Amino acid sequence: MKTSLNRHRNIIDFALSSLLRRKMKNFSLLAVYTLIIFVIASLLFFVNALKREAALVLADAPDMVVQRLMAGRHDLIPAAYAEKIRALPGVSTVTPRLWGYYYDPVFGANYTLTVPPRPAVEPGNILVGAEVSLNQRVRVGDMVAFRTSAHIPLLLTVKGIYPAASNLVAADLVVMSPEDFQAMFNLPADRATDLAVTVANPRELATVAAKIVEFFPDTRPILKSEMLRTYDAIFDWRGGMMVVILTAAVLSFVIFAWDKATGLSAEERREIGILKSIGWETADVLYLKFWEGIVISLSAFLLGGLLAYGHVFFFSASLFEHALKGWAVLYPKFKLVPAVDSYHLAVLFFLTVLPYTVATIVPAWLAATVDPDAAMRS
Amino acid sequence: MMQHPAILALLISSLLISGMLLYAAWYGARIIRSWNLHSGSELQLQLERRTYLISSILGYALVFQVLSLFFFIFTADTLHSQFTGAMCAAGSLNANGYGYPTFFLKIATCLLAGVWLVINHVDARGYDYPLIKVKYGFLVIILMPLVLIETIVQFRYFQGLHADVITSCCGSLFSVGKGTIGGDLAGLPAAPMEWAFYACLALALVSGLFVCLKDRGGYVFSAASALLFTVSATSLVSFICLYVYELPSHHCPFCILQQEYGSVGYVFYGSLFVGGVAGMGVGALMPFRNHASLSRIIPATQRRLSVLALVSYLLFALIASYYLVFSPLRLFP
Repeated sequence: MKTSLNRHRNIIDFALSSLLRRKMKNFSLLAVYTLIIFVIASLLFFVNALKREAALVLADAPDMVVQRLMAGRHDLIPAAYAEKIRALPGVSTVTPRLWGYYYDPVFGANYTLTVPPRPAVEPGNILVGAEVSLNQRVRVGDMVAFRTSAHIPLLLTVKGIYPAASNLVAADLVVMSPEDFQAMFNLPADRATDLAVTVANPRELATVAAKIVEFFPDTRPILKSEMLRTYDAIFDWRGGMMVVILTAAVLSFVIFAWDKATGLSAEERREIGILKSIGWETADVLYLKFWEGIVISLSAFLLGGLLAYGHVFFFSASLFEHALKGWAVLYPKFKLVPAVDSYHLAVLFFLTVLPYTVATIVPAWLAATVDPDAAMRS
Repeated sequence: MMQHPAILALLISSLLISGMLLYAAWYGARIIRSWNLHSGSELQLQLERRTYLISSILGYALVFQVLSLFFFIFTADTLHSQFTGAMCAAGSLNANGYGYPTFFLKIATCLLAGVWLVINHVDARGYDYPLIKVKYGFLVIILMPLVLIETIVQFRYFQGLHADVITSCCGSLFSVGKGTIGGDLAGLPAAPMEWAFYACLALALVSGLFVCLKDRGGYVFSAASALLFTVSATSLVSFICLYVYELPSHHCPFCILQQEYGSVGYVFYGSLFVGGVAGMGVGALMPFRNHASLSRIIPATQRRLSVLALVSYLLFALIASYYLVFSPLRLFP
């Protein structure tokens, strides 16, 4: 056991010195390898962090949202539905919600207008998100003019601004009173945008949803778990598509690595020839190549992983954000919470290190089986 | 669901492993056909060199295959949130008919690749390549086809996965109408399984000691070891997991890999795998004991393998017994 360990220690020692002797070749390989790992790792970390962020935002969402459908489109729901749904066994609360979008033609941005279940502001007043206040160039106490659906200006006073820390959920938010909301959109008083339903026992959610559909065939209940699942699926799909695109890069890297590994210089051939003539066996040279591969892969993996970590969590993944995050005028600027687990490192390993290793097996064997005399003579 | 990064990683790795095995089997077939140790021809020299390549390919393939087995379980576990009713990997694997076959094929290929490496190790130590045709026959006829089948079955599994996402016509109605996936596994009854587990363990211990001390009974030990492997895996589902989770109804063999249970699953599966490979390796070497160049190598290797198998199984049994004794759960009054 000890001799075997010693043997490997000596081979690793030799592998390190042999890597350092060919600095240029190995550093160029390491640089490309690191770049590939960096790109894929950034992608995986970013997608994962976005999924977490979405899950955190949805954590406060109601268990179930009931929408009314009209001709396959989302329609306003009669408030009377709320009473009937509340009467269903298992349902604890039903809250009619009022929310919508407002496009401001002057400042060219979309705002999300909501009315909290318990009135947060008096009629004529609003609370706005930090990005909205920047966009409208308003401060607390200033007046804002929104255009109602009848093209009549509606003057509202800014009573408060949400801190920038809540930007992820509140960047484009405008909170107003139900009266103003109804005036804005000429909304009938007995209608709501949708209903938020909470159910005491989460295991009854599906049954309650089925009952709602049975009583109100024109509605569509959406569970929180379904929203989470859909977000997960979308982010996974986007990440996967990027991986598919990057496969071309991995493939060219593998060809590059193969080329580097097969193109032994005359000096390297001589070196292996000498090693074999002084008693190294083919298996020893194979181990040597194996350890060289491990050193390169491990260095590139750590380096690329660390760079990707910095890129995603300190620089908000500036290379990918437009492809993966979506886009809007008032897009919240937010820092992602650092979170990397072993599972994502495993995905990274399977996407990068495994192809590299496979590409170097045959070249390593070719190098290990050269004839000592032929190698030294060449 | 094919565009999930982890699924892509699994598909790519399976493709690469299949490619490696195909390459190895191609030269394996040539070796079976043209091997002649007494010839000094160019072809024979080339084939002798190829044996190094094939051993090294299979070595890497085994490592990748074992890693991909765990990675597969983890991916199935991550995907469970996409299916209504699935609570963990057990549910995701049930999402279509190819999940469990992929899982079992992965286990089988890992075990067989391990046994192949045992045979290869012994063969490399005999001066006249005594087992060359046997091991390449094994590679070409059994291992390579199994890995290919596994790759195809895995592809079908992932191809058939469809997340239950919100559709434009209806939300949860969709999920309700479809019914839910059986999220849990049923195990065999606990009491007889506990008896069976310890009985098989005793049988394996006695026969293993026989191999170690008397150099006899290799077949019996190998059979006992294979039996113990199966019984241990079944026991894991039937009662060991219950003690780990401290829940009399949760039979899932995958949740023990999670951090909240101290990742004890890795020790269970790792020891089971080493025990299985070493135990079956003893049996696989039995027919060649009388080979001239191996008459001293095989018994020594078998002794070491049986010690390794015994230690692994004992480790498994010790940890399982620890849970049986110290878990707050009591299955029997």
